[in-house]
This record gives sequence, structure tokens and C-alpha cells, in this order.
Amino acid sequence: MVSSENRRKLLDISGEDVTSCYQCGKCSAGCAMAAMMDLLPHQVIRLVQLGQVEEALASRTIWLCASCLACSARCPRGVSLPNVMESLRVTLLRLGGRHLDPVRLPADVLENAPEQALVAGLRKYT
Amino acid sequence: MGYSYFPGCTLRAKARGFESSALASARVLGIHLEELANWQCCGATFPLQVDNSFPLVSPARTLASARRMGERLVTLCSACYNVLKRTNHVMRTDADRRDKVNAFIEEDYRGDLEVVHFLEVLRDDLGFDALARSVKVPLSGLAAAPYYGCLLLRPADELAFDDPEAPHILEDFLSALGCRVVDHPYKIECCGSYVALEPGELASGPSRMVVESARARGARVIVTSCPLCQYNLDVSQQGAHGRNGAGVPVIYFTQLLAIALGLPEDVLGFEGHVISPGPLLRSIGAMGSEATA
Repeated sequence: MVSSENRRKLLDISGEDVTSCYQCGKCSAGCAMAAMMDLLPHQVIRLVQLGQVEEALASRTIWLCASCLACSARCPRGVSLPNVMESLRVTLLRLGGRHLDPVRLPADVLENAPEQALVAGLRKYT
Repeated sequence: MGYSYFPGCTLRAKARGFESSALASARVLGIHLEELANWQCCGATFPLQVDNSFPLVSPARTLASARRMGERLVTLCSACYNVLKRTNHVMRTDADRRDKVNAFIEEDYRGDLEVVHFLEVLRDDLGFDALARSVKVPLSGLAAAPYYGCLLLRPADELAFDDPEAPHILEDFLSALGCRVVDHPYKIECCGSYVALEPGELASGPSRMVVESARARGARVIVTSCPLCQYNLDVSQQGAHGRNGAGVPVIYFTQLLAIALGLPEDVLGFEGHVISPGPLLRSIGAMGSEATA
């Protein structure tokens, strides 16, 4: 009951039905950020399938997904995993949280990073 | 060949050389790019939340204004291309979201515009054969590695830019300029993107893999069309990674284009590189000794 409710909320945000994932792991195998992640991408999907959303929300992984879409391009089940990652991020952000404080960005990043990085990062992290 | 043109935020600030080299090259090649009268930042990343259409407002407004100027809108930056083309796809195919966005921006825009990348203009409208004939300074033998990253290629069904797993438009472009193309396995991998803002240089891991994959195969320069890829790949070579001449400069495809067309060095706009492209380009005679880089 609780599990399906959690899943439904994420489905409304992401538009992605995670129940079609059969855990082949292709997303994790090709993920450029996987080495830095605490949970691998397919493990995040598994948690969402099971409605164990709290554990997924606490993961570093959702902030390390760079939305590059390599996983969704290769998914044999047509799941857009980056949409699911975004639904987890915005679940926290819409509660008023923010993952990144722009005034705490290092001076060299503020000075040298392209505007595109700042705009995209603030869109994803605040 | 006439098009409306969207520069985007980064090309007016940190990536000025990308724009100045592109516009100077376009003039020489007879490609007329008319800047949109009213444009604003595209948002830099396409929103992946389907229950919130607000992030589509800014790119949709740009598209509606471009439609009044013609049927084709050109971009240079990979992120602008991705966001504008994906937003256009929503406006064309999703009636519910289109109505919401149109109500907000007080337009009746229906996605009847074509968003094209400048590389596509060179390939499809000018033609790479014609481009090769326009080359004044052949970059003969310059070992150049194409780097696509994500935003030009994915999602392939919406962007339809090139083969998403085995693209070749940059290879064909570099060949037309006379370069020796260096193929490498990480050319379509992500550089880490906006994770660059995370503490602890988390994005430099993927970026180093890309640079190393090109360098190990003999590339002397990496060529991109994305300011964030340029930054991430360049910055990942800070310190030991780029020392002792082992660094590989990362430059925009339009900068190589301008060099090959024999344009003055002041349009190149090399600034703030960790690995300066100057020594390399001077060593192959592509730039004079008074270069700014």
C-alpha cells in the first residue's frame, strides 16, 4: 500500500513506469559516474520498484547522475532512468531543500566555469 | 543560406571564441546567421520532470520568436541545441503541455520550426565537399579527436542528429579540414556535466577517462561543440595530468574551422585554457608566433 503510493508519486513526476525494468544492469554497466556512486543506477530503480524510496532519496547517486542519457539510450525496456533520478531529486527539492548552496561554490569554479554549468547545476541542485 | 541564430548565454561570456570563430567562418562560407532580436537563456538543461512545464517557458518563448523570423533556427552550443530541440519536440507532439506553455507565454506556437546545429548546416546545406574546397590552410596531419559527449546525440529519437552509438559528423568535418581523425572509445561518453559543481572534483574522473582515451591513441587536440565539455575536459588536466607537455588542448570545432579558412587569429578567442592550444597550433604552422594563446 505504502510502496505503491510512493511509486505512484514518482511516476507522476517522472512519467516513467519502473515496473517494466527487469534489472539487467545495462544502465549501471555504461554509466560514466558509476565509480563514484554509492548505489548503482539499477539498484536505485530496484528500490523504487519496491517502494523503498527513503533509501533511494538518501543516496549520493541521485546527485551524481549527470542526465547524459547513456543508460536510457541502451535500456532494453525503454525506461528513462534519468527521469527517475530527477523525480527523486525534485521530491527533496520541492520540500524546500537544496543540494547546493551557490555562495559556497569555490572561487575558481565561480570564476572559470561556463555559465551553462552554473545554470544547469542550479536547475538540478536547487 | 539564411537562418535565425540563437547564441545562448555561455557564448556571450565564457565561450566568446566559440561564437567569434563561428560567425567569422559563416561569413566567409556564405552562411547568413541573423541573431534573434529577443532571446534569453534556454535553461541549459532539459527538464526531466513531466509534471512541471515551467522550465519550458524560456526555450518555448525563444522558439516562438524564431518562428516569426523563418523556419530554421541555428545554434552552436550543444546544450542550447539539446534544450531547444527537445522543447520544440514537446511543443510539436504534446498538446497538453503545449497548451499550458502557450497560455503562459501568450503565443500559439506549435513546434513548426526546425532547430539545427551549425555542424548540420555545414554538412547538409554547405556540404563537406564544398567546405573542403574552401580550406585555405589545410590542417594536414593534425591528429584531432572528436568528442561528442551527450547533448548532441541523446535522446536519438528526438534529436536525430547522427548515429547515437557511432556518430561520424565530427569525423567527416575534421577530414574536410585536412585533419587526421583519431577515433577513441570515449567519444560519446559523458564528461560529468554539471556535476562539476559538486565538491571534490567528482566530474574530473569521467573527464580524465575521455582525455586519456584520446591522448593514448595519439590525439594532439580534442574537438567539441559544448562549453561545459570544453571546461570539464580542460580542467581535468590541471596539475600532474597536464604537465610535461602531455596535456591535450580542448577547443571548439569552429576554432579549427576558422584556422583552416585562414581567418585572422583575433577571431579564435583562445582564453583561459588550462592546456593552451597555442604551442600546438604554432608547431604545425596553423598560427603565427604572435598568437594570443
